[in-house]
Amino acid sequence: MERRVVITGLGTINPLGNNVEQFWNNLIAGKSGLKKIDKFDVSKITSRIAGMITNFNSEDYFDKRELRRLSTFIMYGLVATDEAVKDSHLDLERENHERIGVITGSGIGGIEEIENQHDVLREKGIDRISPFFIIKMITDMIPGKISMKYNLKGPNFSVSSACASSAHSMITAFSMVKYGYADIMVTGGVEAPITDLTLGAFCSLKALSTGYNDIPERASRPFDGKRDGFVIAEGAGTLIFEEYEHAIRRGARIYGEILGTGATADAFHDTAPAPRGEGGRRAMELALKEGCIEKEKVEYINAHGTSTKANDLNETLSVKDLFGDYAKKLAISSTKSMTGHTLGASAAIEAIASLLTMQNGIIPPTINYENPEPELDLDYVPNIAREKKVDYVLSNSFGFGGHNGVLLLGRI
Amino acid sequence: MALKDDLKAKIVERFGVSVDEIKEDTNFVEHLNADSLDVMDFIMDIEQEYDIKIPATEAESLKTFGDLSQYLAEKTGKPLN
Repeated sequence: MERRVVITGLGTINPLGNNVEQFWNNLIAGKSGLKKIDKFDVSKITSRIAGMITNFNSEDYFDKRELRRLSTFIMYGLVATDEAVKDSHLDLERENHERIGVITGSGIGGIEEIENQHDVLREKGIDRISPFFIIKMITDMIPGKISMKYNLKGPNFSVSSACASSAHSMITAFSMVKYGYADIMVTGGVEAPITDLTLGAFCSLKALSTGYNDIPERASRPFDGKRDGFVIAEGAGTLIFEEYEHAIRRGARIYGEILGTGATADAFHDTAPAPRGEGGRRAMELALKEGCIEKEKVEYINAHGTSTKANDLNETLSVKDLFGDYAKKLAISSTKSMTGHTLGASAAIEAIASLLTMQNGIIPPTINYENPEPELDLDYVPNIAREKKVDYVLSNSFGFGGHNGVLLLGRI
Repeated sequence: MALKDDLKAKIVERFGVSVDEIKEDTNFVEHLNADSLDVMDFIMDIEQEYDIKIPATEAESLKTFGDLSQYLAEKTGKPLN
């Protein structure tokens, strides 16, 4: 049994906005959500900037008892999901709860809690560790909490593949609906990595931008010749995947269809992409094959586009290798130029951007694109959003460990 | 502050109830919308505030406001009222 899968609800909280509308408006305005970090001492860290959620007051969303049991990343996941569920206008009272599941992704989960409780362990002793530590730290508490809040009793687990985590959560959720294991899946990803341990660790890997600490809004510059690493960011994105006939029967608003997916491994290196991004290329090929879409029909690629030297070069080469002469005719942009890199949440947030691109006929730009490099010669939609009717989008995500996840989305 | 008043203030702060609702037989789980983890978390804070150790086996028997205030009076020697 193979069924069509459509998207009927969206929710997000990220550096560009605390809901989908704010996010989209800032995205097509080409605004940057990146700022100087002010929540801890950054004087000894080489990358001092991040994409941070602002104007978020947790007490507006959760009561006192809940707040003691929630960590930042789980709060973000619940907030984004609340928007997506409301946006879907699902009447949950009338649905079969056993046919609704939840799969979300996170790269590093509750690392902030690990840091906090490790301090408690060292400073106060092992018997002072919080009874809430585990439930605030493990990544699967996001789907767990969502299932409890909405009484959703279908498939429920989390997926982790670093910066591709939510790509793989969506790929898995898609399969659940396509092959009949569930009728509706709540899916997406979450990350809250802005802590000194995480910043320090990614700095040690030499992965982060360090040359734009005084002008954070200029720091994420995917595909630009003066890019020097990614800018870490926090956020969450939730999407409601629904079986097509089910969505039609209830008169749901349909944002688009998931036509195909591709998941591959580089089997090459811990952090570096395979030469010419061949793993990513194969993932794009698989998504097109599953969707039965000729590659010349793809008008837009929402790139992984991290702003690191290695990713942006190899992703560009992979697009050229797959699309040949057509590569220069399609548009490819990186919304990370504005959001920063939300790691395990990025694919979900970018899927939302891709769906709104098709719905609104506007392609978000790659901001800070100023210095072309000879080998990076595609149409990156530089600096200004572009009006264009788009029917098919590929959304790319690649994670440390060599995990590649690609979604092929179509307009309905 | 007398021990009972002090403890009531802590319960109001933690569980979001009004002070009038707290009776001797107010049960943390049954009446204060707490589960076993909330109670454990609260007891750990109480240990720190009163600078005492409450062994797990004894903590398990502290189910009501009355149980806890009585236990703390014995353990700390502070007046209940």
